[in-house]
Amino acid sequence: MKRPRLNTVVMMILKRIGLGIFTLLIISVLIFAGVEALPGDLAQAVLGQSATAETVEAFRKELRLDLPAHTRYFSWLGSFLSGDFGNSLANGRPIAGLIGWRFVNSLFLAAITALIAIPVAILLGMLSALYRNTWFDRFVSITTLSAISLPEFFVAYILIALFSVQLSIFPSLSNINTQMTFLQKLYKVALPCLTLSLVVIAHMMRLTRAAIINVLTSPFIEMARLKGVSQKRVIIHHAFPNALSPIINVVVLNLAYLVVGVVVVEVVFVYPGLGQLLVDSVSKRDIPVVQASGLIFASTYVFLNLTADVLAMLSNPRLRRPR
Amino acid sequence: MEDLKAAVKLYQQGGISRREFIKRACALGLAAAASPLLNPFPAQAAGPKRGGRLRIGITGGSTTDSLDPALITDLMMQVFLYGAVGNSLVEIDADGQAVPELAESWESTQDAKKWIFKLRRGAELHNGKTIDADDVIFSINRHRAKGSKSAAKAIVKAITKINKVDKFTVSFELKSGNADFPYILSDYHLIIGAKDSDFGKGVFSGAYVVKDFEPGVRAFATKNPNYFKTDRGWFDEVEFFCINDVNARTNALKTGQIDVMNRCELKTVHLLKRSRNLQVMRQDGFKHFTFAMRTDKAPYDNNEVRMALKYAIDREQMVKTILRGYGTVGNDHPISPANRYFAKNLPQRRYDPDKARHHLKKAGLKDMKFKLHTAEAAYVGAVDAGVLYREQAAKAGIQIDVIREPNDGYWNNVWLKKSWCAVFWGGRPTEDMMFSTGYAKGAAWNDTFWDHKRFNKLLLDARSELDDKKRRSMYAQMQKLVRDEGGAVVPMFSADLSAASKKVGHDKLAVNWELDGFRAPERWWFNS
Repeated sequence: MKRPRLNTVVMMILKRIGLGIFTLLIISVLIFAGVEALPGDLAQAVLGQSATAETVEAFRKELRLDLPAHTRYFSWLGSFLSGDFGNSLANGRPIAGLIGWRFVNSLFLAAITALIAIPVAILLGMLSALYRNTWFDRFVSITTLSAISLPEFFVAYILIALFSVQLSIFPSLSNINTQMTFLQKLYKVALPCLTLSLVVIAHMMRLTRAAIINVLTSPFIEMARLKGVSQKRVIIHHAFPNALSPIINVVVLNLAYLVVGVVVVEVVFVYPGLGQLLVDSVSKRDIPVVQASGLIFASTYVFLNLTADVLAMLSNPRLRRPR
Repeated sequence: MEDLKAAVKLYQQGGISRREFIKRACALGLAAAASPLLNPFPAQAAGPKRGGRLRIGITGGSTTDSLDPALITDLMMQVFLYGAVGNSLVEIDADGQAVPELAESWESTQDAKKWIFKLRRGAELHNGKTIDADDVIFSINRHRAKGSKSAAKAIVKAITKINKVDKFTVSFELKSGNADFPYILSDYHLIIGAKDSDFGKGVFSGAYVVKDFEPGVRAFATKNPNYFKTDRGWFDEVEFFCINDVNARTNALKTGQIDVMNRCELKTVHLLKRSRNLQVMRQDGFKHFTFAMRTDKAPYDNNEVRMALKYAIDREQMVKTILRGYGTVGNDHPISPANRYFAKNLPQRRYDPDKARHHLKKAGLKDMKFKLHTAEAAYVGAVDAGVLYREQAAKAGIQIDVIREPNDGYWNNVWLKKSWCAVFWGGRPTEDMMFSTGYAKGAAWNDTFWDHKRFNKLLLDARSELDDKKRRSMYAQMQKLVRDEGGAVVPMFSADLSAASKKVGHDKLAVNWELDGFRAPERWWFNS
């Protein structure tokens, strides 16, 4: 019975990839239309207050902004499909070079945070389920929920005030660069990591707890208990595996957030990630850069969702072997 | 005497040695007369020291920045390119005077229409090439060329012809006379590079050589060993971090991760002042905020209305509340006390609800609601300033309707379009530049659409007037005209605030731009 199982998974992956590509295409149209709909264009945005009719005209002509929108979209799409990301309109640098190392930085921060936050969150979730309604459970819930209720920049400033200004343990700037060693980088990103962890842990922890408690009400758990299995064993061996699919979903959703949603933290800690690039490019109407970073974000979502579904399927025998 | 002045300037700039200076002065038979001038840094107790890495945390950088001076639009590149990496022909010193930089001296014809610039000999670009007339001509012509994207196109428009006289002499011919032409050549866009080279590579003649540049993130440059000024460029390395968030900048300075920050937060600057290791530097320069009324549109085409609104604003309170005291009151014209020809004797206009009511009554518009368009994009605090103005005007029975516009696209969609809006002006080092960019008939940024015959004539006459006394009286008249008949309410001049570690030393700060006229990297040093 091995072949059909593999086939279903592969078929699903292929189908999802196809759908994903279609989604990306639609997203690229939406991004383009969105940036077009914003008032002003690159020439005016770059020149700002110093835009005169003459210089704006020269800008537009050189960057071909005077062509109609659909012409520019399809010419962008054409080169994009042939693997050419193009150059930034604002400073003429190749986009691949602009985005590459920033995306690596974004992934680095997300990965380090995930490595800390996910185990902590799941462990806390399981412990909370285990000691449900005790002072421990309440304490964990209250602290994590308070952390998530505060805006992330506020959490960031509090951490800076405490660990950087008062105690001088960690730096308040996380401006990492390629000359740094791995350990130096780790030290530099300590505070943004901590901030993001505080923000995502509550969500994952609460959902883990809820999913496990939900499973705990099922008949087979009652059966296990009646057989005399200990509460710890019930949760780890019986409830947790069955609660995995919602947990995987929420973990992956938070991962996606860690990659694409951390602009505020990037600004506060001056971290050179992709978010800042996207914000700058939107405010300067630099469409090719917006497109490229937007598509990277979208692909991250599509890919992570796909991973979540595949993992959920593999973790669930009923989904693995459909009748 | 002109030769002597030039020699003194050169000596103070470090362009010539002490020996060379004395030789030149002797040649003029003036060595004795010049001797008191022979000590450029008398007041420096510790004196500048060489070495160290200056780390500047700066706002105003973007991932869209480039190393091409023609495309400079914001602070990080202004300070990096103009203050560390490149030079113009002329420099503005701490007293607001135009002094030689890559030029050695200059002279003009009687009508100030033709200018001859002698270049400094032996000034080298970072690639070792000596700067000559061809490089200068190429560097200026880039901005003048047809299809140029340069933000400086408007300011070099007045040049009709540039000629090479010899290898180290260039002549400029202007459309009309301009006694302030050297000031124009001090503009930060007009950095000199090599002929036919790619200016986007950042190869210029400044005190530091670009080593690493990541737009909107970091810029790093090391000392240029062949720098032509010997008394500048004290640091071994300068490093710029783009930190657009003011709290992040402040924290970085407090925790010693940077040595200098620009644009302190007005609300917290008193806390910085308390810190033992930090110094807060204030520059009262040309930066000012206006509420520009379009004098070509009703109801602002009526000077009674303009006067009513000018009397209805409490300038002292504006400075106190909006600028938290870090500024000075304006007098409804754009010339600051730091300008050379500031009219000291022009009476300060004061908040006077009765006069405001009187002028409004004369205009016959008692029930008019005046729409004031504003946004934080104009300047930080512009919306609050609008609301404060509304309350002050209400006491004179004038109704102001404050309309908050989106920040995005404010300069394209609101400024120069709406009849009355809040405006930020960086100001200009000369009266002529300020008036001809913002108040002359037909100027692209004449945001009050003012067209005053006498003012326009005075502007033209004063521009080519070489007699200092006559010029002063002309500019005083013009300030009065703008104050009493112009379309701008000018409530305040805003000071530039920056902060640095106490280790950083500096002379008197130039006020033409923030951070010592953008020149902090080359002018400042570490005390120990």
